[in-house]
Amino acid sequence: MSDNQLLEVIEHYINGEMSNDERARFEILRNENPDVNNLVNEHKHFTGLIKQYGERLELEKRLDAIHDEIDVYTLKEELMIHPSWIVQLWRTHHSKISVAASIAIFAVLCTMFFTGYLNNREINYVKLRGEVTQLKRKTDLLNNKFNNLNSPVKKNNNPGKFRGTGFAISSNGYIVTDYHVINNADSVYVQSADGKSYRTKVIYSEPQTDIAILEINDPSFKGLGAIPYDFKKSESDIGENVFTIGYPRDVMVLGPGFLTASSGFNGDTTQYQVSTPVDFGNSGGPLLDSKGNIIGIINARETHMVGAAFAVKSNYLLKTIQDIPADSLKETLSLNNKNVLAGLSRVQQIKKLQNYVFMVRVYNQ
Amino acid sequence: MSKESNSGIPSDNEVILGILNNSESVLKRLYLAYFPMVLQLIINNNGNTDDAKDIYQEAIIILYNKVKTGNFELSSKLKTYIYSICRRLWLKRLSQMNKYGGDIKDFQEYLAVDDETEKNNERDLQFNKMGNALQLLGEPCKTIIEDFYINNRSMQEICENFGYTNADNAKTQKYKCLQRLKKLFFQQK
Repeated sequence: MSDNQLLEVIEHYINGEMSNDERARFEILRNENPDVNNLVNEHKHFTGLIKQYGERLELEKRLDAIHDEIDVYTLKEELMIHPSWIVQLWRTHHSKISVAASIAIFAVLCTMFFTGYLNNREINYVKLRGEVTQLKRKTDLLNNKFNNLNSPVKKNNNPGKFRGTGFAISSNGYIVTDYHVINNADSVYVQSADGKSYRTKVIYSEPQTDIAILEINDPSFKGLGAIPYDFKKSESDIGENVFTIGYPRDVMVLGPGFLTASSGFNGDTTQYQVSTPVDFGNSGGPLLDSKGNIIGIINARETHMVGAAFAVKSNYLLKTIQDIPADSLKETLSLNNKNVLAGLSRVQQIKKLQNYVFMVRVYNQ
Repeated sequence: MSKESNSGIPSDNEVILGILNNSESVLKRLYLAYFPMVLQLIINNNGNTDDAKDIYQEAIIILYNKVKTGNFELSSKLKTYIYSICRRLWLKRLSQMNKYGGDIKDFQEYLAVDDETEKNNERDLQFNKMGNALQLLGEPCKTIIEDFYINNRSMQEICENFGYTNADNAKTQKYKCLQRLKKLFFQQK
């Protein structure tokens, strides 16, 4: 019996189209032969599935037909709960609105962060040591390395990483500048207005007031002559005519102005606020009043305000000088207390001053 | 049967008897009776009218199958039962579409009906598989199989429809078709 015929017999059997006789014989066959039995069950199951499919399709058709009779649109209008349009807007778009809002907040925070709005001290307030053209330095370094490939002789033409200003406090070569100028320095040189450069050593520094004392220890140094200015011990008053000189560029630059506040950034009482124009490189420069007394040391400015510079008060300088341990001093540090600038015009004052104000060059790796 | 019972909401027993007897009118009245309730549930919970139709028909089919298999026991009002099934199905659909916001606005009381929708899933799967298999089978096999096994036509009729010269040819053809259908059906995952 072929499979085809067997299936036909099975179908007859399942549909009950057999005579009793046939049926009895088939049941015997089914009992004896498990393969046939399996075939019968399988076929029953599968045709059942086909029937189910058919019924379901039929039912869906009927349901669709019924559904088509319903006026869904009017029903919908009746049953829909109509919240106010703003609630609806929120409900349909709330995820998009939330995302947009988060992005907006994030963007605002980012902008605030990168524009420095969030940390006002660090960014609004910059210390004024000049960073000498990084790019040029890097190129030089690269050139150096390149040249060194051929010649083993090492050439150092490093122009100095940072620059500031300093001024003499005694004729035997003690110079004051800002601590932040010489901070992390490997070596510090000073260069006078006539172009001579001397090696110096940091002998004392006070980070709290941002003051550092240097000593010229260069064999070519021959002494400075009498210092023309003296140091004011008392505080100066607001409105006083002041000026500073310093090396924001390669030449000395005068910065005239007024003393505008008796405290510095964020109410720092160790400093004055002055309205002189200053730039990077002015740090450590002397602040003098019209009579030629040193009243402070330029150290920083506010970035968000034009003409707001800060200077450490001279009485802190005097205190620092007193605090220098005696064994750090090779020679006696005797402060000048004779002011020869008092009656002179500004032009004359500066002529006398310029030899005592130095450009400070700082080298580090 | 009184005239009154031919319109309006059918009683729960009427519905069950009607389904068992394949009554067209009871089915229609059942459908019309509860559709607004389901529509209300779905359109007020992020759905549209087509979703409502799908979900409601699925629920009716579940009820239908359950009654037909004979193990249906109504533990609550039919209305509550249908509402619960639709609610369950709709929640499932919402979470599949990632639209489920965590709460659903309810209009009726409802029961927990988890396992019934699960069972229906199985049936749905087989239904889809069979549909696909029949599509792949192509003509004339599809029609032969449908005519013979679903519409219960005799081999003689099929023979005439397809112009086979004798019933044996038709039978051979039908046998081949059935074998292919089985193969297609069981091949699917």
